Amino acid sequence: MIDFPNFFNLPVAEGVDAAMSWMLRNMSGVFDAIGFVILLVVMAFEKIFLFIPWFIMIPLAGLAGWKLVGKWKTAISFMVMLLLVGTFGYWELAMITISLVIASVFFSLLMGIPLGIAMARNDRVENILKPILDAMQTMPSFVYLIPALMLFGMGKVPAMIATIIYAVPPVIRLTNVGIRTVDPEAVEASMAFGATPKQVLFDVQLPLAKPSIMVGINQTTMMALAMVVIGSMIGAKGLGMEVLLAINRIEVGRGFEAGLSIVFLAIIVDRITYSFSQKKEK
Amino acid sequence: MSDISNNNGPSGAQIIIKDLWKVFGRDPKRVLRKELREKSKDEIQKKTGCILAMRNINLEIQKGQFYILMGLSGSGKSTLIRNLIRLVNPTSGNITINGENITKMNHDQLLQFRRKTFGMVFQHYGLLPHLTVLDNAAYGLKVRGLPKGERYAKAMETLETVGLKGWEDYYPVSLSGGMQQRVGLARALTNEPEILLMDEPFSGLDPLIRRQMQDELVELQDKLQKTIVFVTHDLHEALKLGDRIAIMRNGELVQEGTPEEIVTKPADAYVEEFVRDASPAKVLTAGSIMEPPKVLLYAWEGPKTALTLLRSNKRNAAFVVDKNHILLGVAYDKALEKLLEEQKKPDKIPQAILKKITTTTEDTILEDLFPIIKAAPYPLPVVDEKGKLMGVVTTDQIFESISPLEGVNHD
Repeated sequence: MIDFPNFFNLPVAEGVDAAMSWMLRNMSGVFDAIGFVILLVVMAFEKIFLFIPWFIMIPLAGLAGWKLVGKWKTAISFMVMLLLVGTFGYWELAMITISLVIASVFFSLLMGIPLGIAMARNDRVENILKPILDAMQTMPSFVYLIPALMLFGMGKVPAMIATIIYAVPPVIRLTNVGIRTVDPEAVEASMAFGATPKQVLFDVQLPLAKPSIMVGINQTTMMALAMVVIGSMIGAKGLGMEVLLAINRIEVGRGFEAGLSIVFLAIIVDRITYSFSQKKEK
Repeated sequence: MSDISNNNGPSGAQIIIKDLWKVFGRDPKRVLRKELREKSKDEIQKKTGCILAMRNINLEIQKGQFYILMGLSGSGKSTLIRNLIRLVNPTSGNITINGENITKMNHDQLLQFRRKTFGMVFQHYGLLPHLTVLDNAAYGLKVRGLPKGERYAKAMETLETVGLKGWEDYYPVSLSGGMQQRVGLARALTNEPEILLMDEPFSGLDPLIRRQMQDELVELQDKLQKTIVFVTHDLHEALKLGDRIAIMRNGELVQEGTPEEIVTKPADAYVEEFVRDASPAKVLTAGSIMEPPKVLLYAWEGPKTALTLLRSNKRNAAFVVDKNHILLGVAYDKALEKLLEEQKKPDKIPQAILKKITTTTEDTILEDLFPIIKAAPYPLPVVDEKGKLMGVVTTDQIFESISPLEGVNHD
């Protein structure tokens, strides 16, 4: 075997370390501000979810299952699943987890949809963004979890940053694809009638790309939910923390209950967000 | 709107296309350089990787004309129609519409110009599936920023014009192809455009529906008198609808002329191939093949002269006209003889003894003459709208005008 020549060594690691310490020294104000905004939003969601008592939340979930997904069986299963979470003793933790997920999705959409639109309208943006999105999805999350921890401190904020990094690519990609696959004649027709680029976007491209964007939102939400265990490692409370504790203490049953609660939440969130992506024909 | 004809170029045409080139690919202008511009489409593609879509097109379209752009796919016809509205921008050359050079317009001017001048109909309809038929038809007005009430009122009118009354609240999905294209047409008409652009609007439809839509479009055009630029690859459609036809091939304009010119005098082998299965009976008109009548009787010359004329020409009947050359009918020698025998020799041929006959008009195509001429025992008189005799058409003439062309075409 011939070894890779070791004199050929790019100092990438050193560069990243230097950048990191520079940011820590000089940009802490910026990161504090970002962290503050993120925390504000997640706390607002948390307040709402913890304020609504369980005996209202469960019928609300049932109503969502019935009205949005459209089947009474779904409604009942939603309610049963939430009841089970309650009986496990995880009601509050589940609500904290859900607010963390929803806040992450909120920021993901806030960034992801405009980025997806920019990507669809400009090939160069697409070429630049694509490898970045690949990196965001395949880079092991611990690699950016630690820097996030260093920049934002322990708690919900770095957990959400990590969640957003992991969860935002699907909505960007599917917004891009959705807009790019809109019937070109519909776009042409709109332009032929003298529509401005903004009118084309809001009258034609976004409405026609909506099913695809909704699938993106669904995927983003599911991925955000999948990150809660990892997020709990850096101090975000919730069901993930419970799983982590149970595993550390080798309490299989407790871990199972907490894990199952996450699965239940995932199923409910998935069915509801998926129902938005289905076309409703009149 | 002010008098548009004043703004027009020296030739008075509404649309003037001058030296128009379109090349797709990187750095397309280099194709226009001397060493490349004369080369064939394939050579250009091989040498530069660029695709030549239009080469040096020159065209003029008059106001109110039904103008057909015809060619196979890849001939550049769709690119040309998109250039008129700058959905595709030309590489070089100028397009002047209503006296304004649209190739020089900036983005805002262009948007305004599209809004007020054009309506466009697309091959696959290009409807917005999330909007109702009514909202689709009103879309052009929505783009212009008109309030809801106003645009719905206008859209309802055009939907009625295209025969879609009662379908306003449906979504395009629930309509058949023909009906969807009616929505497309209504959407274009709601804008009250001066120029209607139609990109293969009927190609996707069933033959029967297509024919019906063509007939309705002809009817509509009789009423509206818009300038229509219509792209098609279907010769029969072109011949049926067009006032003038431009035939394109590989991005070049091969021939331009009236349907009759195209069919009877194809410019080259390509056009000849194109019109091979076109029946001249569909394009030639009575006016184009009629001849002056061999014998013509004048009512004021009296029956005696008429009879003499008939006998000297060895005929037993002839058409009779009055002083203004208005056709009165057919006079038979028997009737004339009888008149001379029993009466006191009138100095005019009386209307009473003339036989009324079927007539036709100059713009009737030969195909429509077949049933009439079969029933008529004498040549078919061609008259203008006042009844003036312009000429006559015989069965022989019809066959003569059709057959030599068939000979050429089937070589």
